[in-house]
Amino acid sequence: MSNTAEEKREISLTCINCPLGCALTVTIEGAFITVAGNTCPRGEAYGRKEVTDPTRIVTSTVTVENGVIPRVSVKTASDIPKGRIMDICEALRRVRIQAPVAIGDVVLADCAGTGVDIIATKAVASA
Amino acid sequence: MSTDKTLVIIGGGPAGLSAAVAARKAGLTDILILERDNGLGGILNQCIHNGFGLHTFKEELTGPEYADRFIQEVLKEQIPCRLNTMVLSVDSNRRVTYMNREEGLKTIEAGAVILAMGCRERARGALNIPGFRPAGIYTAGTAQRLMNIEGKIIGRRVVILGSGDIGLIMARRMTLEGAKVEVVAELMPYSGGLKRNIVQCLNDYDIPLKLSHTVVDIQGKNRVSGVTIAEVDGERRPIPGTEVHYDCDTLLLSCGLLPENELTRALGAQMDPVTGGARVSDVLQTDIPGVFACGNVLHVHDLVDYVSEEAGLAGRSAAAYILKGQPVTETDQMIPLVGEGGVRYTVPQLLDVSGMAETVTVRFRVADVYRDRQISVYYDEHRVSAVKKKVLAPGEMEQVVLKRDSLTAGTRPGRIRIVLEDAE
Repeated sequence: MSNTAEEKREISLTCINCPLGCALTVTIEGAFITVAGNTCPRGEAYGRKEVTDPTRIVTSTVTVENGVIPRVSVKTASDIPKGRIMDICEALRRVRIQAPVAIGDVVLADCAGTGVDIIATKAVASA
Repeated sequence: MSTDKTLVIIGGGPAGLSAAVAARKAGLTDILILERDNGLGGILNQCIHNGFGLHTFKEELTGPEYADRFIQEVLKEQIPCRLNTMVLSVDSNRRVTYMNREEGLKTIEAGAVILAMGCRERARGALNIPGFRPAGIYTAGTAQRLMNIEGKIIGRRVVILGSGDIGLIMARRMTLEGAKVEVVAELMPYSGGLKRNIVQCLNDYDIPLKLSHTVVDIQGKNRVSGVTIAEVDGERRPIPGTEVHYDCDTLLLSCGLLPENELTRALGAQMDPVTGGARVSDVLQTDIPGVFACGNVLHVHDLVDYVSEEAGLAGRSAAAYILKGQPVTETDQMIPLVGEGGVRYTVPQLLDVSGMAETVTVRFRVADVYRDRQISVYYDEHRVSAVKKKVLAPGEMEQVVLKRDSLTAGTRPGRIRIVLEDAE
């Protein structure tokens, strides 16, 4: 039985680069990726990245002790693979830090083995 | 220090902060920010997601980080702020009466006033949703504050009514915190939120968005136990037989924002019934001399970057009013701006050609989703510009720029029309 035909997949996406929101169809055939439905080069790049290496910045909060408020907002210092979002959130649930906190403080290094640090996005003074 | 030349800014959120910094940079010494919360930054403090500042700082910041950029400038410029301070009234002589624990009740005579009070959410009472009144029903912004600042858990199974940006952001936020968001129901046939938020907050987590749907029943006596959703017809009436029940413990409402203009109305400023804010000239002055408005209290924005930009203009205008006594033009000598063909409103509503800057940005929203149109500017019946648009939506604010040269060259038009028309 021959199996020469490569598997062909079509993925539908909405481009987010501008309010136009082009409906993209990304076709993956082995190593070949084609993007259709875009009206500009940014749509092409977006479509390609979303099917090969989708990444996101994750934002959340962690517990802060002895601060004027009980939570401090945080984010990943750079974008992380989209498939790791829930692992990041799970790791953040166990984090407790002490006030004071400054913007940019690392609250968790190398979060969930992504190699990306979690940094504070808000200052929290001591109570 | 004499207080009769002070610029009083009501509200220390993104609009008030940007206005204060701009007024100081324009050379104004005496500025006072009055803020009712216990810190500066306003609603940005609870908007912990990223995407702020792409226009202003060319990078993606979270809300608290964006606010901090302006707060640091206010601190560096040593602009005084009174926190935990509630403004009770502003009168047409620019007497501002406020109250706080340190000073009690105090009235100051301001040289100019900037209204920067922001907006509030439309709550359940304004929505006419039938059903019981159990616990577990929140506006999206209230839920956001409870989660992101106070660290409370809101619920485990969630239905969201309304696809405004805060609702979309909260759908993702609650999912990341382990809740199950069953569905987002939107009364209109289109979402009022930004495209980016639909994709990254709903599609990323397979949360269904049901357009032309609304909540027709809320179940539960003490706590929400379920919600019934039905499709609506073209008149936005629920269609019998389309009801679907969802078990849930939480209902979030993201059904629009209302500029918070109690002070403005009591002041007697002329209001725009469409924006819910004051009518303003191109320098963002209301019809009360020396009283300016900017940010969400003037009209609800979708991007904070434009709030900062608009508030910067209000700050410079208020500084010019105090330092140079400008502008002096009466409202009835200004050219009215009108929106037509689906342009719901314009801000500003009036243009003072004599004091006009080289360019004036006119912001507006459209009434529906439109494809292949153009935004044209007419001076009376004479078209002066047209910009093609592939798509326009009510959720995305639009703008056109008016040039002074084009207005001073010919005869002065009786009115300036911003018209949405078929693309040529």
